[in-house]
Amino acid sequence: MASIILRDLRHSYEGADRADRNWALKQITLEWADGGAYALLGPSGCGKTTLLNLISGLLTPTEGRIVFDGRDVTNASPEERNIAQVFQFPVIYDTMTVYDNLAFPLRNRRVGEREVDERVREVATMLELDTMLKQRASGLTADGKQKISLGRGLVRSDVNVIMFDEPLTVIDPHLKWVLRSKLKELQQRIRRTMIYVTHDQTEALTFADQVVVMKDGEIVQIGTPVELFERPSHTFVGHFIGSPGMNLLPCQVRDGRAIFAGEMIETANGASYRGEGRGLELGVRPESVSFAPEGIPVDVVKVLDAGSYRIVEARRAGHTIKMLVSEDDRIPEGPAHVRFAPDRTRVYENGWLVR
Amino acid sequence: MNKTVNQKGWRFVLPVVVLVAFNAVIPLMTVVNYSVQESFGENTFFWAGVRWFEQVLHAERFHYALLRQISFTAIVLAIEVPLGLIIALAMPRKGPWVSVCLVLMALPLLIPWNVVGAMWNIMALPDIGLLGRTLNKIGWEYNYTRQPFAAWFTIVLMDVWHWTSLVVLLCYAGLVSIPDAYYQAAKIDGARRWAVFRFIQLPKLKYVLTIAILLRFMDSFMIYTEVVVVTGGGPGNATTFLSIDLVKTALGQFDLGPAAAMSLIYFLITLFLSWLFYTLMMRNEAR
Repeated sequence: MASIILRDLRHSYEGADRADRNWALKQITLEWADGGAYALLGPSGCGKTTLLNLISGLLTPTEGRIVFDGRDVTNASPEERNIAQVFQFPVIYDTMTVYDNLAFPLRNRRVGEREVDERVREVATMLELDTMLKQRASGLTADGKQKISLGRGLVRSDVNVIMFDEPLTVIDPHLKWVLRSKLKELQQRIRRTMIYVTHDQTEALTFADQVVVMKDGEIVQIGTPVELFERPSHTFVGHFIGSPGMNLLPCQVRDGRAIFAGEMIETANGASYRGEGRGLELGVRPESVSFAPEGIPVDVVKVLDAGSYRIVEARRAGHTIKMLVSEDDRIPEGPAHVRFAPDRTRVYENGWLVR
Repeated sequence: MNKTVNQKGWRFVLPVVVLVAFNAVIPLMTVVNYSVQESFGENTFFWAGVRWFEQVLHAERFHYALLRQISFTAIVLAIEVPLGLIIALAMPRKGPWVSVCLVLMALPLLIPWNVVGAMWNIMALPDIGLLGRTLNKIGWEYNYTRQPFAAWFTIVLMDVWHWTSLVVLLCYAGLVSIPDAYYQAAKIDGARRWAVFRFIQLPKLKYVLTIAILLRFMDSFMIYTEVVVVTGGGPGNATTFLSIDLVKTALGQFDLGPAAAMSLIYFLITLFLSWLFYTLMMRNEAR
């Protein structure tokens, strides 16, 4: 187990001879505590897998340092770093039994057979693989194989960090949930540092204590799932997290109050704005928009039933406002009024939260 | 439930049936026809039953040809498969050298059999050939037209030169199709080079290796042209393999009956051994 510090990490896949190269990772500085559960969340191509491979040592950063527990491991091999990684597609050793697969990392490190046996059985019980230890690993289903990959990380008691690179991609939807809660339960029980990379917000938010949201090779926000949801510091986070994402509406700010389509709107942070009023947006989650006797006049254009709630699309001056309405509430037809909860409505300037 | 009956499908299968009939079934049946009859000139035939089969199976000449054939195939497989695998493992996976290596490897495969034979025939000549002269210079009195061992050495070397590339290319294709994640996982699991080969590369190459072995087995078991061009089956009968013996019987002596019986036995042996290889290599997959 280890704490992890990333200092000014930059990485490019292109040669060092080019001055204007494309950075897959622009500048990352992070500190992760020992034993925590972390997630890297972002759309495809945002650099999260690059970051993961830098931490695991499969890639060496172009610039910056990586420190595990005070020890600089920037140029160390994956083996020296003592990490474990679970890949997107289950990696198993086809010709071996489940038992031998789990024992493989230990045997490679010349651990005694008695200890190997002890560790393998313990981990197999943890992962509910104990009944199939003698089976050939190639015969297992995708989730079973992924459990083996995870198990190979867990058998080594001295692993610094276990990393997951979108591990549930090939798992059937109904098993995803099972495996996800199993993972969370394991993390809480054994308290190892775990880093989970995904583009699925549900996976990230349910697994991690702290989520790092990335975009275009940069960190946009680091926070607990609640913080990310309630107080996104960038419109990207607001839009990416939540289903549907945050409403973003162009606005002006005058005397600390926001104006959207000619309507005055109370916001949580409008009073602290001191700028010239360019690139301003109002961010409000669909959860914080409700119908009201008076407020912003809108036209209801679409209602989607999502089971326990409904997603209503309303229009105002050419802008779409999405809102969540519970099954019991009545939805007015045609012209109506909506209200934004003032403490959940925020002003963003060029994408970033106004502070 | 009623099944829809539709016989139109036959029309689409028919061209293939005709093709297979003309290029496989009818020629094979002609051979079967010859193998059970005694033939004289002017298309006169007499029923011979299984006499030719008995004759061939009891003939010492056939036994020795078969033995030589099996030895040749075994030697060639034992060299080409491991060598091909080693070369494929040593080839670069990325960069400009990949295409260079691939082209170099493919070259021998593009040369026609009889040209290969002619090349090696000249190269191995003891007095003027590059190989033959060099060997004589370094102290081996080498003459493939007189010494059976030298003749075997030459044709085995020729076959290795000609066909190892096929194994290399097949193995290389298999190797590059292994996802990087396997190598990364092995690195993380602390696997050494040998363990990576034994537990990742070899299992993943199982299918291409099976194909490579089958192809090389069938090809080397039926080798004819190159050997005829280089040694003509000699010295003596030292390199008279089954195919050469068969041609001698059929066209040299014009014994059509025994030759036909021999062809069928040859065919069945090839079929049986191919089946055996395949079954042995795939036996773990059934579970």
